[in-house]
Amino acid sequence: MKSSQFYPHSLSKLFIGMALAGILSACAGNDPDAEQYGANPALPKPQRGLLPNMTIAEPTPWGNELPTVPQGFTVSAIATDLKVPRQTLVLPNGDILVAEGKGGNASALKPKDVIAGYIKAKGTTKVKGGNRLTLLRDADGDGVYELKTVFAENLNAPYGLALVDNNLYVANQDSLVRFEYREGQTQADGPPTKITDLPSEINHHWTKALTASADGRLLYVGIGSNSNITERGMVAEADRAMIWEINAETGAHRPYATGLRNPTALTIQPETGTLWAVVNERDEIGPNLVPDYLTSVKEGAFYGWPYSYWGQNVDERVRPQDPEKVASAIAPDYALGSHVAALGVDFSEASMGEEFADGVFIGQHGSWNRANPVGYKVVFVPFNQGRPAGAPVDFVTGFRDDNGKTRGRPVGVTVDPKGALIVADDLANVIWRVVRTDVQ
Amino acid sequence: MTVGSGRTLHPIHGALLAGTIPLFLGGALSDYAYSVSYQIQWANFASWLIAGALVFGAIALLCSIIHVIRSPHRGGFVIAYPIFLLATWILGFINSLVHAKDAWASMPTGLVLSVIVLLLACISTWIGFAKFGVGGAR
Repeated sequence: MKSSQFYPHSLSKLFIGMALAGILSACAGNDPDAEQYGANPALPKPQRGLLPNMTIAEPTPWGNELPTVPQGFTVSAIATDLKVPRQTLVLPNGDILVAEGKGGNASALKPKDVIAGYIKAKGTTKVKGGNRLTLLRDADGDGVYELKTVFAENLNAPYGLALVDNNLYVANQDSLVRFEYREGQTQADGPPTKITDLPSEINHHWTKALTASADGRLLYVGIGSNSNITERGMVAEADRAMIWEINAETGAHRPYATGLRNPTALTIQPETGTLWAVVNERDEIGPNLVPDYLTSVKEGAFYGWPYSYWGQNVDERVRPQDPEKVASAIAPDYALGSHVAALGVDFSEASMGEEFADGVFIGQHGSWNRANPVGYKVVFVPFNQGRPAGAPVDFVTGFRDDNGKTRGRPVGVTVDPKGALIVADDLANVIWRVVRTDVQ
Repeated sequence: MTVGSGRTLHPIHGALLAGTIPLFLGGALSDYAYSVSYQIQWANFASWLIAGALVFGAIALLCSIIHVIRSPHRGGFVIAYPIFLLATWILGFINSLVHAKDAWASMPTGLVLSVIVLLLACISTWIGFAKFGVGGAR
């Protein structure tokens, strides 16, 4: 008997029927859609039935459809057939770099992991991650990116990208590396230089977000937790759920802020030089818990994970508890809504037009742990005097069709100074460009 | 031992039936170990042991239904046996769902259920062995 494979295999068959039944029952239920944005979101009591709510929207091709964008903008696919595009970087000459990959090597620890993994995989692309950077170029400025070429390959699930002068930094799932970059280059000169290793054991949350300080001397890397809520043990969480500050020259690092469950995208606020992050919060305590958030990141601050959420709301699932850590936890700035899965953030600029000039764009990959799916869009959070002010505005929608199937899932968003937003779609394997009509 | 209220159980049936006891027992002990140590690996062990017991229990349950069908008379323990086994399995299944919750969310319900399910498995096995016996020879 293939004893090593007996349990996972037969169990997955045994339990799939049950799990599907659970999905059906979850679909029948109704989550109250709480208005859950801003500094003081409503936080209901934690709840969890025998089965977690799971709604995975079946993928469907875009066909001739396009995402929906606001009046005064048009959208087009500037690159297709990519290998799981995640984050993008607009280079000074207007070229676009795309990081492609799929990381993580978390093994199934419980029967639940086998089943949940199988179900969640239904909502993602079947394409194998490219482990590469692709360069897109629109030489004549007509909005058509006629050149699509591999800039660098043999990377390891690259995600975060940052350019400082002639240094192109790439955050792989296990290391931070640097390429020499000359303007106009379409291919890297050779393999990159490693600056430092990054925590990569298990890599339950594998994405390594990256941004550079305003002066370019420091790099910030977002490192996600190794579990939803410590179910892989406390030891696995060493050096996880935090943002590292790394000296770009020496590779020396220190924790800049901690208790951020999964900081999936980082950016620097242009006027202030402040570090901002979008963070994905914990699952399986209800459809309206815990809100994912956008926050300015305070140096040395503790944001609660795993012991508490949204400040000092204790999570009873964590043992041993730590009241002292909870007492030190601060609440983030701005709730985006529970389970929306914010994976991209970038500050806007004047070129995006008056209505969208001051604020941030946020790519929301979309939920799984909710009967009524949320996210699956790009929103704009308006700012006033450097702080979020008001409700998020839909910027790119239409990622789910009228039948509830999923055409695409937004990840990274990058503002092109020419007056466009670049959106990576890791389900359709497309790069979308949303551009002002009067610019193109 | 009086063996007379039904056909004897097939040896494989008997082995699977009795096998639920050490598996559910291992699950309950692992739950206890997790509840006092907070070491997550015990919770993982418990999940798999319970899942294994459910696989054994499901086949034993199927055998027990066939056993009822093939029994010449269907009173008393012949009927009670699959009913206890079914109760064991259903509660065991609910227990496996409780164990699928992350970290301490499975506690203390998981430990309580594990003990109850273990007792039910013992009762089912006792009925099977004491009332019908195992093997071809009567």
